[in-house]
Amino acid sequence: MKIHEYQGKEILKKYGVAVPRGEVAFNADDARAIAERLGGAVSVVKAQIHAGGRGKGGGVKVVKSPAEARDAAAKMLGMRLVTYQTGPEGSIVKRVLVEEGLQIARELYLGIVIDRSTQKPVVMASQDGGVEIEKVAHETPERIHKAFVDPALGLQPYQARQLAFALGLAGDQVGKGVRMMMALYQAFVATDASLLEINPLIVTAGGDLIALDAKLNFDDNALYRHADIKELRDLDEEAPLEVEASKFSLNYIKLDGTIGCMVNGAGLAMATMDIIKLAGGEPANFLDVGGGANAEQIKNAFRILMSDTSVKAVLINIFGGILRCDVLAQGVIAAVTDLGVRVPIVIRMEGTNVELGKQMLRESGLNFTTADSMGEAADKVVGLSRQ
Amino acid sequence: MAVLIDRNTRLLVQGLTGREGTFHAKAAQAYGTNVVGGVTPGKGGTTHEGWPVFNTVEDAVKATGANASVIFVPPPGGGDAVMEAAEAGLPLAVCITEGIPVVDMMRAMTVVRSRGMRLVGPNCPGVITAGQAKAGIIPGHICKPGKVGIVSKSGTLTYEAIHQLTALGLGQTTCIGIGGDPLIGTSFIDALTLFAADPETEAVVLIGEIGGSAEEEAAAFIKASFRKPVVGFIAGQTAPPGRRMGHAGAIIAGGKGTAAEKMQALTDAGVHVVKSPADMGRALVNALGKA
Repeated sequence: MKIHEYQGKEILKKYGVAVPRGEVAFNADDARAIAERLGGAVSVVKAQIHAGGRGKGGGVKVVKSPAEARDAAAKMLGMRLVTYQTGPEGSIVKRVLVEEGLQIARELYLGIVIDRSTQKPVVMASQDGGVEIEKVAHETPERIHKAFVDPALGLQPYQARQLAFALGLAGDQVGKGVRMMMALYQAFVATDASLLEINPLIVTAGGDLIALDAKLNFDDNALYRHADIKELRDLDEEAPLEVEASKFSLNYIKLDGTIGCMVNGAGLAMATMDIIKLAGGEPANFLDVGGGANAEQIKNAFRILMSDTSVKAVLINIFGGILRCDVLAQGVIAAVTDLGVRVPIVIRMEGTNVELGKQMLRESGLNFTTADSMGEAADKVVGLSRQ
Repeated sequence: MAVLIDRNTRLLVQGLTGREGTFHAKAAQAYGTNVVGGVTPGKGGTTHEGWPVFNTVEDAVKATGANASVIFVPPPGGGDAVMEAAEAGLPLAVCITEGIPVVDMMRAMTVVRSRGMRLVGPNCPGVITAGQAKAGIIPGHICKPGKVGIVSKSGTLTYEAIHQLTALGLGQTTCIGIGGDPLIGTSFIDALTLFAADPETEAVVLIGEIGGSAEEEAAAFIKASFRKPVVGFIAGQTAPPGRRMGHAGAIIAGGKGTAAEKMQALTDAGVHVVKSPADMGRALVNALGKA
């Protein structure tokens, strides 16, 4: 789960991490008032969307007075901000963060993720802050310093010191850097974060270390134990159909094609998208109905699928272990009848009672085509989608 | 010979008295697995569907001589159940549970490693040795004793591979679902190492997904030391970047973990990589023919 920059900073503040003074505004007048409260001099107005790359897209503006802050906010709010991370459709800006302006002497990078290979958290630090870390990793990987953390021990001060010196910190900045890293690690583990990125971490002209930007992503599997973090979810940042699907515990991701898919199992669902593409079609979505391919879920899945008006044909690929194909067929027939689904539907099912299930579909009088293999199913649905 | 489990395995079910645990314990027994008991804290001393139930894994192991466990415990208790199995000295645990927080698995893996337990999963369909025994939810009726090992991140896509191999008469030795989470107990390399040492396994099907670098690491291992034919398929060639495709570990992050990269790495290692999931079985036939 993703959250906004200002929300991430609020969380980090609780763990003692230094962030710029600032507040979120939902309208231009509030932005002006905040700028005044901050001292009325230089402040920064930042669009709050989940995607990065806001600066280049016009989503970050340095202003010199509260009046200018109001104007900048007025321009930004309601704007469709397009960055290299949002895709061409961009994101509508509904919130802005107004922060004090700071004198930046250096821009550094700090990040924490759980490394899959070592199965440990890794704290990454680089002197090349303020740029895309992937670029640094690709071009000059030696400029990223890493400390692997023992899960039972946590981040140790000597590890944070090593990183602080690698960042070129000196004097009392070393201690500040160590304290900040220990706090960031604590926040990372306590909140069940999957990613914590401070880019840039700045050294101010006065020698302070401040987290100028904060990106915090959370492990979806852990949200059940973080009700407060769950509340930070911004539905405006998610596609409406995907929000709808999640209400029914359906894993749905909207894509750009014309062939709707309904599959049980994430790997098989991805493979079904792949084989549709290989057959010359474009998948309209990823949809995993999971282990519960019962009548209720089938109906919910169809409703979500057919809400996408680009869908010209549907491929159902269900490989059941326990699942009875006659029961599945019953559920599909009921859903299609109740919802009045008109587009052609290709069904490929495996499990028990396969022949009975196929017979029921054939005799239903509805627009079903059966297939025995994934290849056959993909070819048939692509053909039908073109008619 | 098979790997990990066979008809002699003595299997415990952690979470036996729950709906999933009960159903799959019965299915496992019907398949020929020697299910010896279950663990549900608070229900120790009772029997369930004919099996003795224990409060702790330690009690269960002492009483039944179990040497493996399959875990059907809900996510909040999943990591804890894994640790309990490891602490009780079990050599093998298979964790089916989907939804365990990553930090919980990170912690559990420290115990798993220090006790030397082989953990399969979590978030996996489990392990099945065709014609002998199963720990998990892989349907027995689609398998056929044969010569191909399968190692896969997926659940139902694994069934697809099993189905194709059965239809082609090749059958399977052992199928290992390693699971779709970012932190798992058994990697592709671990599974390949087991298959290398199994004389009955003549070839392997490797099914990967976008996310992480496990397939690339497997490719390096295969290139360096694995001499049996391998067919590979990577799901998610059409997945958009930055989106979590169902499985917690299936995400292309920061440009890394794409299907294309994995397919290239495996191809460079001599793996017969197929673009279509429908071609896994056929490719295996060809690979064995060339071997």
